[in-house]
Amino acid sequence: MARILRVFALVVKELLALLRDPASRAVLIGPPIIQLIVFGYAATFELKHVPFVVYNQDQGQLSRELVARFAGAPSFDFLRFVHDQAAIEQSINEKSALMAMDIGPTFSNDLERGQPAHIQIILDGRDSNTAAIAMGYVQSIVTRFNQERLVPHGLNRPATILLDRAWFNPNLDSRWFIVPGICGILTLLVSMLTTGLSVAREREMGTFDQLLVTPMSPAEILVGKALPGFLVGTAEGSLIIFMAVFWFHVPFTGSLLGLYLGMLCFLFSSVGIGLMISSLAVTQQQGLLGVFLFMVPAIVLSGFATPIANMPQAVQYITLLDPLRYFLIVLRGSFLEGGGTSLFWPQYWPLLTIGLICMVVAGNLFRKRLA
Amino acid sequence: MGVIVVKDLGKSFGKGPSRKGALKSVSFEITEGSMTALIGPDGAGKTTLLRLLAGILRPDSGTMRVLGHPLPAEALQLQTKIGYMPQRFGLYENLTVEENLTLFADLHHIPESMRRTRFDELLTMTALGPFRTRRAGRLSGGMKQKLGLACTLIHPPKLLLLDEASVGVDPISRRELWTIIRQQVAAQQVTVLLSTAYMDEAERCDHVLLLHEGEILAQGSPSQLIAPMAGHCFLLPNISTAPRTLQSQLARLPGVVDTAIQGDSLRIITEGVEPPALPPELSVHGPSKPVAARLEDAFVNLLFHRNSHRSVPQPMNPQTGSHDALVVEVEGLCRYFGDFAAVNHVSFSVRKGEIFGLLGANGAGKSTTFRMLCGLLPASSGTLRVAGANLRTGKAAARTRIGYVSQKFSLYGALSVLQNLSFFASVYGLQDSRKQDRIAWALEDLELKDYIAINAADLPLGYKQRLALACALMHEPSILFLDEPTSGVDPLARREFWARLNALAHSGTTCLVTTHFMEEAEYCDRLVLMSLGQVLAEGSPRAIKDRVRTANHPNPSMEDAFIALIEEHERVSRRAS
Repeated sequence: MARILRVFALVVKELLALLRDPASRAVLIGPPIIQLIVFGYAATFELKHVPFVVYNQDQGQLSRELVARFAGAPSFDFLRFVHDQAAIEQSINEKSALMAMDIGPTFSNDLERGQPAHIQIILDGRDSNTAAIAMGYVQSIVTRFNQERLVPHGLNRPATILLDRAWFNPNLDSRWFIVPGICGILTLLVSMLTTGLSVAREREMGTFDQLLVTPMSPAEILVGKALPGFLVGTAEGSLIIFMAVFWFHVPFTGSLLGLYLGMLCFLFSSVGIGLMISSLAVTQQQGLLGVFLFMVPAIVLSGFATPIANMPQAVQYITLLDPLRYFLIVLRGSFLEGGGTSLFWPQYWPLLTIGLICMVVAGNLFRKRLA
Repeated sequence: MGVIVVKDLGKSFGKGPSRKGALKSVSFEITEGSMTALIGPDGAGKTTLLRLLAGILRPDSGTMRVLGHPLPAEALQLQTKIGYMPQRFGLYENLTVEENLTLFADLHHIPESMRRTRFDELLTMTALGPFRTRRAGRLSGGMKQKLGLACTLIHPPKLLLLDEASVGVDPISRRELWTIIRQQVAAQQVTVLLSTAYMDEAERCDHVLLLHEGEILAQGSPSQLIAPMAGHCFLLPNISTAPRTLQSQLARLPGVVDTAIQGDSLRIITEGVEPPALPPELSVHGPSKPVAARLEDAFVNLLFHRNSHRSVPQPMNPQTGSHDALVVEVEGLCRYFGDFAAVNHVSFSVRKGEIFGLLGANGAGKSTTFRMLCGLLPASSGTLRVAGANLRTGKAAARTRIGYVSQKFSLYGALSVLQNLSFFASVYGLQDSRKQDRIAWALEDLELKDYIAINAADLPLGYKQRLALACALMHEPSILFLDEPTSGVDPLARREFWARLNALAHSGTTCLVTTHFMEEAEYCDRLVLMSLGQVLAEGSPRAIKDRVRTANHPNPSMEDAFIALIEEHERVSRRAS
């Protein structure tokens, strides 16, 4: 009983210290909201207004029709016609155009005669992601051009026609994919900042010694330092889920229980890592550095932006250590797939394992640092 | 015309309602070749003033002219002509003594041809010659300060601004620092403005500025400041029994401004010019004789009249139990950091209800010893027992018997006074009515009531000290550890604090105190003098001074004793090696 009261006093103190200090209050509330807005609105995989130039050596009607299709598409912005190869090179080099279209002199003629005709698309590969997406758009425009030209002319129809349907996200709205991911990132950030800096802050202020000479045992201090991370992380995560559903209108199709179980498992591991950093860091600066040294690879390896399946096999093994990886599956599963507790067990237990190991290591480091 | 001419200088920090005036309309003038001491309690604005004069802060109002340069307009031109040594001088710890000097010579564009002679001069003056190739990080505190001063003097400045250059430094290094500064004044006509916490240093200056809460409370030569105190100072000589009890009795007499233990005597400052009227039960000690006033008397008197309200703590109920029981036993205690012996075979013991002091300069090993006693640091070897247990290896419950006030009064700055008290009460397992009682006691007895909702970080230093003490006393420990509890606190608050400890000790609480103020030794029942990790002497203040008492030096101060003992110790260890 005495232990519980002491831990409770420490938790209350931690929360008071966090919420009464304007600086740490700002860190907990400001950046997450800003990041949510920035990511929610700015981070999108859709491409709009790709500027392009055309070197049209063909004088026929068909080439002009094709160019008009591109110019009229929302994804592309027609910039100008150029008149030689060098001008293409120049506009790509100076980044005035992302794409150049080179239509050969016999384009219309070839098509009129029922022969295959060639156009060349030159893309700025310095931004490989954009180039690949643009290429996809080009393909779909050209395919449609072919279809619509072939059918009225009664020419031989293509053998198969693709009818695509995206499940879970019918319009392939990238916000539906990104916003649940942000929930994971921000929950991680806030819970790690809360726990990762709390011991270091006390070391810096000298209050940690004061705490150590009280009858509190290291284990009690550890628990007292971990619980505020859970509380703050859950509050922050809930806020972002609320924002995702009611502000960004991402559909929530799964079970809340499944999601919150996942969040608790996830917080267990992130708080464990935060405490590990805490037990090593002597100053707040070191703590902050530790948090960010962990955060950046954790986000890259989580599959937040780039699919884990695309990573080299060795790196894919490393992602198994990343708690965010598992929580992202739970989040996306809960929002888009309608998943529930039973579906998420394969994610829960790795999170619990990571958390348990980190807590034990943190506890030992903690005791060693005191020794 | 003066080297420094300051008129109506004002400077505030912070924003909005928490904006605080560090300096309020300060005006003074300093003449060439003089030495001026800047004294005042912590937070009075000494550092701010020095930084303004060095041209690294912009004033909010007023005008400054330093060496003829108006500030802040000509700060850059000025900075090539002055030497400014901040409180924590920026030595590069990984560079050697000589490399540090070279670096500062480079920064000041000292031509190669002049360097050799200047370096030799400075190294001889600071006695750092034998340590040319030692890394600055491995020097002792006093040596670091001397090297800092040497780096400041590398380009002979016309004006020297020193911010607490000697605070916390061992007495021998302090003497050497003063010799160097005096040489500069005499030989090069350097003007010096220095801030200090030591009254004896201020008394040796030509001019004194007393700063209090951003205002100049008094200025003039030391003798001018002391003059009005003539006839107000008395000495009650040769008191034999319990000087601390007598002191607290006298402090409550009407007309008494201040009392201080001074060796075997009690120094009394009165409001009138009559000697203090001793009540009949104390008349056995009398009569008191008038003595010459000192600068400290003037300082205390000025501050006393400034904030006339002052609390005199009441003794608490005495605890029962034998007063001869040993509550702290330390035997052959050692602590190594790498191959450096921070604490080297230290032994002492403390009896119940004693005020026991650990005295020494910064780096003498006081805090390391302390941290081992509190169980914060494991000992490399040796045995220690506090209240019958080793706090490190023993049960957590053993720690309920001690209270700990750390250096710089570590409190939760973002929490209010009440929240701090409540937290520490809960952590020590106090519940319900006992918790309420103790909080009420702290608010009442330590007069924290008016500050109940203020954040600990925003408290004045003296109140921070009280709150730290209150938090450490929440659970009524039988032993109280206090690490440098008086550092940075003004003399009045320091006295009040010692009176409080007095009352605590009287009620049976054992108090262990570290301090680098040699004169505070007088407040201790017994003490150990530490230097370089070793105990130089153990015993009552009188016994320690007796060891160096000679016919030529019949009344040595604790500082004299310290220096004599260090010199003797060095002789012995040299002979041994």
